[in-house]
Amino acid sequence: MPKFLDCAQVRIIAGKEFRDRIRNLWVLSVALIFSLFALAIAYFGTAQQGTVGFRGIDVTIASLVSLVIYLVPLIALILGYDAVVGERERGSMELLLSMPITRSEILLGKYLGLSGALAVSTLAGFGAGLLPMASQLSTADVYHYAGFVLSAILMGMAFLSLSLLVSVLSTDRMRASGIAIALWFFFVLIFDLVLTGALVVSDGNLGSGVFGALLMLNPADIFRLLNIFSSEQVQSMYGLATVMPERLTDPVILTAIMCGWIAAPFLIARWRFK
Amino acid sequence: MTSVPIQVNEVTKRFGDVQALDGVSLTVGQGEMFGLIGHNGAGKSTLFKLMLGLIPVSGGDVRVHGVSTAGAGFRDVRRRIGYLPENFVTYDNLTGLEVLRLFADLKRVPRRECEGLLERVGLGAAAGRRVRGYSKGMRQRLGFAQVLLGNPDLIFLDEPTNGLDAEGIHDFYRILREVQGMGATIVITSHILAEIQERVDRLVILSSGRVAAQGTIPQLRAQLVLPSVIEVSLHPGYQQEVHGAFASAEGLEMRVADDVARISCPPSEKVAVLQVLSTLAHAVRDISIREPSLEDLFLGYGGHHA
Repeated sequence: MPKFLDCAQVRIIAGKEFRDRIRNLWVLSVALIFSLFALAIAYFGTAQQGTVGFRGIDVTIASLVSLVIYLVPLIALILGYDAVVGERERGSMELLLSMPITRSEILLGKYLGLSGALAVSTLAGFGAGLLPMASQLSTADVYHYAGFVLSAILMGMAFLSLSLLVSVLSTDRMRASGIAIALWFFFVLIFDLVLTGALVVSDGNLGSGVFGALLMLNPADIFRLLNIFSSEQVQSMYGLATVMPERLTDPVILTAIMCGWIAAPFLIARWRFK
Repeated sequence: MTSVPIQVNEVTKRFGDVQALDGVSLTVGQGEMFGLIGHNGAGKSTLFKLMLGLIPVSGGDVRVHGVSTAGAGFRDVRRRIGYLPENFVTYDNLTGLEVLRLFADLKRVPRRECEGLLERVGLGAAAGRRVRGYSKGMRQRLGFAQVLLGNPDLIFLDEPTNGLDAEGIHDFYRILREVQGMGATIVITSHILAEIQERVDRLVILSSGRVAAQGTIPQLRAQLVLPSVIEVSLHPGYQQEVHGAFASAEGLEMRVADDVARISCPPSEKVAVLQVLSTLAHAVRDISIREPSLEDLFLGYGGHHA
C-alpha cells in the first residue's frame, strides 16, 4: 500500500527551503529588523509621554502588536508568493515533479520550510530585542511575551498559507506578487476600515455577535484579539473589550480559529495544485 | 524483470481546445534505445510528460513497467526512472553537488554516489561551484548526472544534447551507450533526425499529435517513397518558359523563385524530367539532383508531405 504522505520527502523539501532562507540571509535580516523594533519600542515606546526607558511588558507588547500586525503579514506574503509559481516559471518544478514525490509532499515541505524560516527569525528577533531588559522581567512577563511572539508566528503562518495559495493559483510571478500585496492591503488596512465604517453606519446596532464573527474573518484581527485578551491591563487600553462576545475572547478558541486560517488556504492550495 | 517498460495505448491529450495528442499508441521494449522524432509542437514533450505521469491523459492509458501512470503505485516506479527535461533548470543558488544531493535524497540514492557521477559527466572540478555560474552545457551535464542517479532502468531524455558542444555530445552518447549496455531502456527525443538516426534501435515520428510512422530506419524508408528533387538554376528571363514546359506534366511539383526552379517528382519520373530539361538547354545554367535523405523522410512524415 503506497503511503499517502512520505515524511522523509517532506523533510527534504522543507530542509532545502529553510537552508535557502538561512543562506541568502533572509532569516538574519528579518530577525535583525524584529530585534531592532522590539528594542526600540521597549525602550522608547513611551517617548511621546516625555520619558524613555522600559515601562513594563504589557505596554511594550501593546505597542509591538500594532507594529507586528503590519510587518509580519507583509513579510509572510513576500516569503511565500514565489514558492510554487516561481519554480513553475523558471522550469524547475517539472523536474521536481518527476521525482518520487507527490504534490502534497512538495507543498507541505515548502510550507513547513518557509514557516520554519519565519518562526526562527521571529523568535530570534523578538527574543534578542528584549534581552537588554531581561533583568527587569518577571516569569509572568516572560510567559506573556512568549505568548505574544507565538501568536505573531501563528499569524505569520496564516498569511504564509494564504501566499502559498496565491502562488499555486497564479499564472506568473508578477501577478502573484500583485495579489500578495493586494491581500496585505485588504487584511491589514481595508478590512478594519470597512468594519469600523459598518459599525458607524449601523449606528452601533451591528450586534456584537456579528461584529465578533466578522473579526474572525481576518487573521490579523485574531492576532490583535489574542494579545488584547491575554492581559487585563492591555484590555483596558482598548475599547474593543466591551464589544466582543464572551466566547471570542477565549485565547484557546482564538488560537483554534487561527489554526483554521493556517489549514484552510493550504488545503485549497493543495486541491488546486495541479 | 518481465514487464514491458512502456506501453502507450490510444492516448489522447487535450489542453483546452488544443488537441496535443490524438490516439497515440506505441510500445518500447526492454533495453531498447527508442527515438521520438517530430517538429516543435508535434507532441513529443507532451507524450513525455504523460509517460512520466506529470500530467493526466485525456483518454487511453500509459503503463510504465506495467503500472498505470495515473495510479498510486507509480511513485515506486519513479525511483527507477531518470528524466532530463528539455530545458534542465534547477536551483541556481545551490552548488552542482548540492543539487545532485538533493535529488539523490529524493530518490533514496546514497549521497556518496554524487561526486563520482559529477566526475563521470565531466563536472568534477565544478562540483563546488554554484549552478548560477554554469554554462548551458555544464547545466546539461549536471542534468545528465541527475538522470544517472541510482542506475535507473528507464531513462527519458528530452532533446538532451541542446546546448552541448561537439565534445559534450560525444561524451553524452558514450555514457549513454554504457548505460544501455547495462540493460537500461532509453527514450530520447529530438527534432534533429541526423543526430539520433545512427543511435536509436527504433523510432516513432510524431506529426500534429499523431504517430505518422514507427519502426526501424530501414522499415521507415521502405514504407515511404519520397520524391527526388531536381534543382535547376536558370538564366535570367526564362522562368516563364520553363514553367510552361512543365505545366501539363502530372505527378510533379514545381516551384520557381529567383531564377531557380525546384522540381520534385517520383524517382521513376526523373529521367523524363531531364529529357524535358534537355530541350530547354538555352535556359538552363546548371542542374543538380537531390535524393531523399533521412532528414527528408522525417520532414515528409512531419507534415509537409504525409
